[in-house]
Amino acid sequence: MKLNGSQLICESLLLEGVESIFGLPGGAILPLYQTLPEYPSLKHILVRHEQGASHAADGFARVSGKPGVAWATSGPGATNLVTGIATAQMDSVPIVVITGQVPRAAIGSDAFQETDTTGITLPVTKHNYLVMDASEIPQIIKEAFHIASTGRPGPVLIDVPKDVQTEETEFDSETFETNYKNIKIDLPGYKPTLEGNIAQIKRAIKLIEDSQKPIILAGHGIIFSNAYEELKELAEKAQIPVITTLLGISSFPETHVLSAGWPGMHGMAYSSIAIEQADLLIALGMRFDDRITGKPSTFATKSKKIHVDIDPSEISKNVKADVPIVGDIKHVLQKLNPLVKSKSHAKWLKEIEDLKVKHPSLKIRNTEKLLPQYIIKCLDEVTKGDAIIVTGVGQHQMWAAQHYTYTEPKTLVTSGGSGAMGYEVPGAMGAQVARPDKTVWSIAGDGGFQMTMAELATLVENKIPVKFAILNNNFLGMVRQWQEFFFNKDYVATEYSRNPDFVKLAEAFGMLGLKVTEKKQVKSAIQKAMDYDGPALIDFVVEEEENVYPMIPAGQSVENLIEEPNPEKAVSS
Amino acid sequence: MISNTLSKHTITALVQDKPGVLNRISSMFRRRGFNISSLAVGQSESETLSRMTFVVDGDDKVVEQVTKHLHKLIDVIKVVDISEENVISRELALIKVKTGAEHRDQVMQISSMFRANIIDVSKDFLLVEATGDENKINSLINLLRDIGISEVMRTGSVAMNRASNKGSKKIKQSRASTRKWDEAASV
Repeated sequence: MKLNGSQLICESLLLEGVESIFGLPGGAILPLYQTLPEYPSLKHILVRHEQGASHAADGFARVSGKPGVAWATSGPGATNLVTGIATAQMDSVPIVVITGQVPRAAIGSDAFQETDTTGITLPVTKHNYLVMDASEIPQIIKEAFHIASTGRPGPVLIDVPKDVQTEETEFDSETFETNYKNIKIDLPGYKPTLEGNIAQIKRAIKLIEDSQKPIILAGHGIIFSNAYEELKELAEKAQIPVITTLLGISSFPETHVLSAGWPGMHGMAYSSIAIEQADLLIALGMRFDDRITGKPSTFATKSKKIHVDIDPSEISKNVKADVPIVGDIKHVLQKLNPLVKSKSHAKWLKEIEDLKVKHPSLKIRNTEKLLPQYIIKCLDEVTKGDAIIVTGVGQHQMWAAQHYTYTEPKTLVTSGGSGAMGYEVPGAMGAQVARPDKTVWSIAGDGGFQMTMAELATLVENKIPVKFAILNNNFLGMVRQWQEFFFNKDYVATEYSRNPDFVKLAEAFGMLGLKVTEKKQVKSAIQKAMDYDGPALIDFVVEEEENVYPMIPAGQSVENLIEEPNPEKAVSS
Repeated sequence: MISNTLSKHTITALVQDKPGVLNRISSMFRRRGFNISSLAVGQSESETLSRMTFVVDGDDKVVEQVTKHLHKLIDVIKVVDISEENVISRELALIKVKTGAEHRDQVMQISSMFRANIIDVSKDFLLVEATGDENKINSLINLLRDIGISEVMRTGSVAMNRASNKGSKKIKQSRASTRKWDEAASV
């Protein structure tokens, strides 16, 4: 049987190992949809809004390590995907996005639901394609998955005109698998460097040997490169404390004696101070984001920097590297670790322990009020730190990153670079689809949750049992905090004076809804939600004007660190 | 060796000759806030590849970022930062001079000093065709401006490394800085 464009897409996706696709149909992608019943092993999850599809593909990819797939129709379908695509681009997440396009002859005519999708997504994709001939589809899909998942991962978009989807090709269903496997990827402009340069690695070794106060900064790259063991080996062998970035959380067990938190705007004070005091930063798969550096000219001025990244353009972009190493972290560490000499750094580790005592960033105030931090602590206890945590963006995200104990890789899923509120619902959906065996808790804010809560219907419909903890303060909390600190408590447009009844809302969607207003109800409610067979939601009505501490205001340095104002009242929970 | 002074850098790129490639490149320049002072594109020695010449304003850090981000684009195959000392660059200019018989001789004289050609003559206009590096074209335009220029069209520079580039200290320096980029980018 000769295959047409739509069949080629489905066949190619199957051969790429795709099982789940998040999408929503429309005119320009209908031929592809009508082909789906021929491929029952491609599971399609029908979302309520295309942003849900791209975020879900992103969540799926972060947890599974495999590219997530989303598709939608032309025009508004494609533009609705953009927030999710940009989120994946900022956090280097491999997703492949397919969009329908108006027929070839109509392109450029301002046809119904026509949008320049490749033009719009150009700055937020790693690469994109407009397919003008159905016979190019297998080559393009193979390239797309290759580009998305190798080097520094990222989103790739394929725009397919409607008549290309129906166009018959010379490919035959009998021989397609062999044909596909024989397709050569020939991209002379794309050859990611995996092996680090040995001369640079030797220079790095010299710096590590000379250093008295080294710190490892572990980023998202550790997770993408599966370099957990190598990271642990380096840290333990040379006794170097490990500080992660926000996206690097879970790349190194937080229960490890060498774990030294995460730094930056809302990171632990002791992590930020330790970075300032260090004489060597070993940056692995991270990009010195402004949330970490604050003011670049005053950031970590006492230290030399070894910067390992697979993307050469990240090296010396924000912070100048003394030793640049371009390569895959796993490969580089496999070469570097055997050359590292065992060391103890006892004095330096003691200094960091002292910093932890002096700046107890993770203590929670002892009060009868329902504090959001306390809820996260309870979640950590009840789930025994074994859940996958997905968050939105804002205060709850920072508390979730601070107060949950992450020990296993890929257990924190959060929109870091893009900071996309609304990620918490579809992102958790993707995470749960990737790991049906795990408990997935979405820690949500009442603001972001309402941006994408339509996907609750998708969860119920597809029996995807995500549990939601809404830290409901009736505010866009992080913005309110900025208004409190920097705009004289002038709360312009941050209060939600009439939020919906989230419990009734949950019930309307067909899930379990619980409301918690007091401390003593917290753990039992969490347990009840986890025992429930299906998606569940807890509306935690928390202290409204609670602030995230510590805080280094944007563009400032550690000197300007703001810590919890009443540390004497703070006790560990 | 690393200078923070603004200067013009010439960068060439070998790119796939596909629809949308120029858009990808110009979009990257715009998005990252890099400033192109001239851009020329044409076919290369291979039918499927184009070669672009950019003249970019910026300090060394900017130029390093430009080259890295160019290289990051999938359709860009090779990027070379050609040092000023080492490069031969040429552009073509067409200059329409508004003059009747009164200054015609003068225009022809100036043009011949610059090895430029008069390619069209009419009652009120002369059309001058000139080739050379940017400075030469600038000088010619300055001289002709006093007579009266009505229109200028310039292609922007195309540039190439000299075949032989041994010798001066300056060249050694520039090669050292190229190597620095190599270490970060392609090892």
